[in-house]
Amino acid sequence: MIYLDNSATTQPYDEVIAAFKKTAFDYFANPSSLHRKGGEVERLVRQARRSIASLLGVEEEEVIFTSGGTESNNLAIKGTAFEHMKRGKHLITSQTEHASSMESFRQLEKMGFDVTYLPVDGEGQVSKDDLVEALTKDTILVSLLHVNNEVGSIQPINELGSIIKEKSRALFHVDDVQGVGKVASDVHSVADLVSYSAHKFHGLKGSGLLVKRKNVSLFPLLSGGGQENEFRSGTENVPGIVSTAKALRLYMQKSQSNVKKLNDLKIKYIEKLEEIKEVVMNTPTKSAPHIINFSVPGIKPEVLIHALEEKDIYVSTRSACSSRTAEPSHVLTALGVSNSRASAAIRVSLSYETTEQELDVFLLELTKAIHKLKEVMR
Amino acid sequence: MYDHIIVRYGEIALKGKNRKGFINSLKKRVKKVTSEFENIIVTQSFDRMVIKLNGQDPEPILVKLKTVFGIHKLSVAVKAELDLEDIKEKSLTLMRNQQTEGIKTFKVTVKRPNKQFPHRSQDMNREIGGYVLRNTENLTVDVHHPDRELRVEVKNDGAFISCDHSEGAGGLPTNQDNKVMLMLSGGIDSPVAGYLTMKRGVKIEAVHFHSPPFTSERSRQKVEDLTRVLARYGGDIRLHIVPFTNTQKTIHNEMPDNYSMTIMRRMMMRITERIAEQTGALAITTGESLGQVASQTIQSMNTINEVTNYPVLRPLISMDKVDIMNISREINTYDISIRPYEDCCTVFLPEAPKTRPKREHANKFEQYLPIDELVEEAVSGVETIVIKENEDDFADLL
Repeated sequence: MIYLDNSATTQPYDEVIAAFKKTAFDYFANPSSLHRKGGEVERLVRQARRSIASLLGVEEEEVIFTSGGTESNNLAIKGTAFEHMKRGKHLITSQTEHASSMESFRQLEKMGFDVTYLPVDGEGQVSKDDLVEALTKDTILVSLLHVNNEVGSIQPINELGSIIKEKSRALFHVDDVQGVGKVASDVHSVADLVSYSAHKFHGLKGSGLLVKRKNVSLFPLLSGGGQENEFRSGTENVPGIVSTAKALRLYMQKSQSNVKKLNDLKIKYIEKLEEIKEVVMNTPTKSAPHIINFSVPGIKPEVLIHALEEKDIYVSTRSACSSRTAEPSHVLTALGVSNSRASAAIRVSLSYETTEQELDVFLLELTKAIHKLKEVMR
Repeated sequence: MYDHIIVRYGEIALKGKNRKGFINSLKKRVKKVTSEFENIIVTQSFDRMVIKLNGQDPEPILVKLKTVFGIHKLSVAVKAELDLEDIKEKSLTLMRNQQTEGIKTFKVTVKRPNKQFPHRSQDMNREIGGYVLRNTENLTVDVHHPDRELRVEVKNDGAFISCDHSEGAGGLPTNQDNKVMLMLSGGIDSPVAGYLTMKRGVKIEAVHFHSPPFTSERSRQKVEDLTRVLARYGGDIRLHIVPFTNTQKTIHNEMPDNYSMTIMRRMMMRITERIAEQTGALAITTGESLGQVASQTIQSMNTINEVTNYPVLRPLISMDKVDIMNISREINTYDISIRPYEDCCTVFLPEAPKTRPKREHANKFEQYLPIDELVEEAVSGVETIVIKENEDDFADLL
């Protein structure tokens, strides 16, 4: 199997699954229970939290465990909107967000909030001037995706973050689900809220976290027993939390020594792909080291994907979360890509495990498939 | 960009004859807390230590170094060749980088311990400052209140250029022979007292009184967690858990209610002294500050102190509660201390404890208490655990 859909989800590490299993088996007590078993599990959760906090360079109490990236984004966006609506009802985001952010903003609009969707340039970046212009005294939140999940473009969050701090009282939320361990940034010093998802770094689905800067208040979306410092009630998903800590540690180790190698690999295969004359590159020059997005105009991407899967090679059309709609990708459209190209896009996403041999096979099979399909369609 | 961290000793540089010993134990500690960073190289001279980063990010190392007592100041630095052009170039790069953080004014301070270097400090001040000014925009010199001080130190092996300085933990490096027994309750005060004691170069062990089932596993866990935080500053700590249920029950049943607290504390003091004697600790530290609550009046202190002739160190004696809480937040014990579990002092708290107990009354009541037996029983039941500065339980899972 050649798995090149790592932006949709990654294969969990063996150690992660082992930690999940052992925790589910041995540490099943409720961490809120007063007895010794509960205390033991509480301690385990605390240590997992500490380990994650230190890997991310934040404080323990700033980590809120959630069910994943979607919940983290919903909590950050709606939680801020509901908590601070008395101060203002204006929100800012971009036109190229992940569905979980985009739809949160759409819902808030229906509830009477005013949302500015900043356009992006061909590199996928919002302009500083647009941002400055959009910020008003009613702006309570700016939410941006650090690394775009479809094309790999990078939002300059350090600079944008300092502008937000300088010019307004708005909170800054960054969706760093695709960026963690891949694109270095000072996200925790510029942002007040940062979303993560475990299954994007070889953890398991159903686990994620929101890092919330101390002293920032949020309206909880889930109320109940007051877990996670009152911000997210519900009995802790202990095996999920523990396996997330394990995954993040192993992943960060790999990231430290391999991020440059991965980027070189990406550049090399972007160049090789561009040698195929039917291929048009959609990924901008400055981009994350693991995402390559291109179009083969004239060939339906579904057809290519199924042709490749015959060879046990797995790539995708676009964000897995939006792939059920037939519309051209809103991200590519926002980047100024024509409709015909935007609806013919293929996304190849790498991991630290991806090898050159795998990419060579992919390239070969892609070329063959394109030629075969072109003959059929002629 | 930065390739070195400069560690300045401060107070210990003043201690004439003992200096060598101090510096050695400081270096040991620095190596220990930075052991996870394999690439770095630590070298020392008489007034400072230099850490060569070899590509390692300085931030996580600084976080660790800020826990080391005996370090006065920390700077991240760029090393330049002994060549004025290189020094100027690297100074410029550094200041340009600082500008991205909104720095508007600066000044240059050159020190030249290496007198072989052919340029005088004053000349270099002007040269470097002028070069930076000519090649940047929106940056001016302010010699009195600069946003950043660009420091250039010309040493024998190169010039160190820095402008990012931060405070170290201060105090003195730990001397393993100076041992003190800390009475650690689990509240806000006693961990702070432990921290301040360690800060003066003392090694601590901790004693905790545990009264199951009145106090839970979690209150014991809380004390272990507090000890672990303290261990980050001074290395592994031995924690003595004293079985105290029987003593408390006996006091509760036999002693007058309003003196039960005073007598309980006298018993704790006796037991602590015995453990100190056994382990070679030379003094006892408590988290008391004067006049705060019932047991901390000067009368209480007088009555409780009667039972020991060990020095009782009270580093918090003159502090206000808010100041203690601030330190506790700074050293990261606060969030643990406020976990809401009963400890042995609150379980049997009498309704109206005597705020002005007298020695003679306490002695009179204690005639009816089997003191030696209770002390003996408690001391022989002590469970001693070593709290490591790096916790490793659940290591397989996380």
